[in-house]
Amino acid sequence: MVKDNKPLLEVRNLWKVFGVNEENIDLNDLAALEQLEANGAVVAVRNVSFRVKRGEVFVIMGLSGSGKSTLIRCLLRLIEPTSGQVIVDGEDVTAMDEKQLIQFRRNKVAMVFQHYGLLPHRNVLENVAFGLKLRGVSREEREERALKAIEQVGLKGWEKYYPGSLSGGMQQRVGIARALVQDPDILLMDEPFSSLDPLIRREMQDELLKLQESVKKTIIFVTHDLNEALRLGDRMAVMREGVFVQVGKPQDIIIKPADEYVRRFVQDERRMALVAAGNRKALP
Amino acid sequence: MFPDALQFHIASYIDNFVKWLQISYGATFDAFSNFLLTILLGIQNALLLIPWWVWVVVVTGLAWWQSRKIFTALVLGGLMMLVGVFELWVPAIETLAIVITSVIISLVIGIPVGVAMAEWDRLSVVITPLLDAMQTMPSFVYLIPALMLFGLGKVPAVIATVIYAVPPVIRLTDLGIRQVSATVQEAARAFGATRWQMLKEVRLPLAMPSILAGVNQTTMMALAMVVVASMIGARGLGERVLLSLNRIAIGNGFEAGFAIVALAIIIDRLTQGVARRWQPPQTN
Repeated sequence: MVKDNKPLLEVRNLWKVFGVNEENIDLNDLAALEQLEANGAVVAVRNVSFRVKRGEVFVIMGLSGSGKSTLIRCLLRLIEPTSGQVIVDGEDVTAMDEKQLIQFRRNKVAMVFQHYGLLPHRNVLENVAFGLKLRGVSREEREERALKAIEQVGLKGWEKYYPGSLSGGMQQRVGIARALVQDPDILLMDEPFSSLDPLIRREMQDELLKLQESVKKTIIFVTHDLNEALRLGDRMAVMREGVFVQVGKPQDIIIKPADEYVRRFVQDERRMALVAAGNRKALP
Repeated sequence: MFPDALQFHIASYIDNFVKWLQISYGATFDAFSNFLLTILLGIQNALLLIPWWVWVVVVTGLAWWQSRKIFTALVLGGLMMLVGVFELWVPAIETLAIVITSVIISLVIGIPVGVAMAEWDRLSVVITPLLDAMQTMPSFVYLIPALMLFGLGKVPAVIATVIYAVPPVIRLTDLGIRQVSATVQEAARAFGATRWQMLKEVRLPLAMPSILAGVNQTTMMALAMVVVASMIGARGLGERVLLSLNRIAIGNGFEAGFAIVALAIIIDRLTQGVARRWQPPQTN
């Protein structure tokens, strides 16, 4: 196999079951699993496998409760998967010990959160430099790199402000700068724009696309917004009750929804797309 | 009444235990007692070296710096002045030295214990009832053994004051750390924070307003203990109250009581001002 075809991220048969004694589950025993669910266990991620190539933007879309946030947290073990493997650049993340895991989080991935997760007692500059500080980078170097990242996200001049005095959109720019400054292999974004106003959201999506042209990161992007998924994703997965219902290029998913659930999800987009193509009669 | 056969006393065992401590470890307690006394007298002499007008100016200045209100500053300065006017300057400084020593010891013990309670849930199960006991046990009960072990005077007063005053700072440190936003902590974890980094960079700074409220409470409790502590020979304002009580000198008693209140108000306002400065900036 040629090296370029190797996936940067590979997830194999990932499961996450909440609310049971996790060691004693036989996930292959379907009857036993059903019994556990009847007793209150929740299967948040159910046997999910996928691969993401270097430089690709992979969107995971689903409604709330579909398990998408749990899934993205399993990728860096903020939530410990019940079973399955996460392989990044040939390294098995699920097999790492505590020390290796911390090094992995510091150097290979960076995450952007829906509710920003900024430190309220640190200003913008210190927040952006936070990851570098954890790595032990010298003050001078981390401030220099942080300033560059702040400029990249268009916050130049705001370095000394505190998160509490910034708008939601600006706080999320800080969140994105904090992730970019790490220069990670994979950027994980968990509904980064969901708590922003529609107009700001649109603006941030455009900027992310522009940014992506220059940084060319591998991005795993979680959202419940189909429009966002279509605009940003090179490929997308539709998730429902812990399962990937369909994976593919956005236009393929619109044109050929795999089942009724996906069809209902994308029907407005279908209509628009077909109208635009002057193909109105083909509508069901 | 309660049947005789079921009656049993532990009093004699406790008596024997204290006697045994006194005989076997008398030298250790003496050495500790001397050590503590040296520190206390050092603090007291340093405080007495400062001329009275410097005290008044510093209290007024600090109050103004923190509140930016001329009225508050003048009232606090005036209260400090009044202590001297009532001819209670030296006892007030003696009391202050006991309070400062007790508070320092309380913080050195209390903050680490509070942090440990927040980090390990099992520990808090053990310590919480202990704190309840320390706060509800009448102080005279442990005043006597403290007297026997540490001798008459200021040292047992400090020990008893610490027992009485340490619970609030422990509780509020624990509470403050537990209330740190889960989102911020998750973000820090995602960027590869070790447990120690999490404590130092995130949990402690964000818990600081609550910890300082604990420091304030502990100081107030220590001040409230001075009258009781005077019964075992600690000099200071408490002794004046006690003497007035014995002689039924109502006016003198009121003056000494008022001086205690004045100190309490001054210390409370000044430490609260420090706590406010630690709140993360919110507005534009």
